[in-house]
Amino acid sequence: MKLFKADLHIHTVLSPCGCLEMSPVNIVQTALNRQLDIIGITDHNSTRQCRQVLEAADETSLKVFTGVEITSREEVHCLAFFEHLYALDAFQHYLDEHLPKIKNNPDLFGYQVVVDKDENILYQEDYLLITGLNKGINEIEQEVRKHGGIFIPAHIDKPKYSLISQLGFIPDDLPVDALELSKHTSTSDFLAIYPKQSASTFIRNSDAHQTEFIGTSYTYYRMSTPCFEEFRMALHHKDGREVIAA
Amino acid sequence: MTVKEIAEKLNLKVLSGASGLNNEINYGYASDLLSDVMGNAKSGEVWVTLQTHKNVMAIASLKDLAAVILVKDLQPEADMAAQSEDEGIPVLGTSDDAFTLIGKLYELLKK
Repeated sequence: MKLFKADLHIHTVLSPCGCLEMSPVNIVQTALNRQLDIIGITDHNSTRQCRQVLEAADETSLKVFTGVEITSREEVHCLAFFEHLYALDAFQHYLDEHLPKIKNNPDLFGYQVVVDKDENILYQEDYLLITGLNKGINEIEQEVRKHGGIFIPAHIDKPKYSLISQLGFIPDDLPVDALELSKHTSTSDFLAIYPKQSASTFIRNSDAHQTEFIGTSYTYYRMSTPCFEEFRMALHHKDGREVIAA
Repeated sequence: MTVKEIAEKLNLKVLSGASGLNNEINYGYASDLLSDVMGNAKSGEVWVTLQTHKNVMAIASLKDLAAVILVKDLQPEADMAAQSEDEGIPVLGTSDDAFTLIGKLYELLKK
């Protein structure tokens, strides 16, 4: 077993608020410079940049978990990760189906583009990605499971777009693999306010929209290899795999 | 004014929790952030929202609210409707948007 350092909440240039410098190559290079073993790619309501980040990390030591930061109908942000590209694509289909078709205005919100590892623009997303799906959080969680995904409500301590801000408290019937805390709190500080959550697994990530923030918040995972199923085991503290509390 | 009287005056549909139609409404609160409602709504108020998650009923119950009104023809999710029945806190529906409904409601409840 080894410890792996992971920052699993990173936006790319595809997110409207993601800086233009957040290209696949820049993200991978910055993550390597900051001694990260694993990164997660989680753009707002789109998985379309994941493949290019995988390609950029190919033949490096960096492992990439492909995912998305979903906005539910309640405007709760949730991270989801999928091991296989076919599952990622199936989930993309669900996103396309349930995201309202509102045109992006790049002057207001920024460009939403997919770029390859040579920084060529491959695709421009015309519909605004920062709106909410027309599906509730429980339905979204079930859809993530259907594709074998991992489901983690994002930055739950934040006063906006979080499980707690939008829904008042953590619903006890929502099956989660972990809860993400922002860099503004720690597991122990959070549990001092919400002692009922002591059985939950907490992780922290940077939620970087600019390269300078990549790896500024991270979590260590004890696993045998940096692979998806080991990660799932670590989140559930199975067979010696674990999350080291931040 | 009771929930029933408000429902009749504003032509609201009773979507669930009819056993609470005689609950007394003393004022209203409008917000779609449940954390905000938890912090600021007061006992006996009617809550106007577009949220349809089950947590709405937990907070309505915690804050001892008289009823919930869903705007824009939104329907409570099944478990929200079930909890509304259990708690006897009615969920009412309107085709109005929040601005329009709250305007009408304010005229009835203003002090």
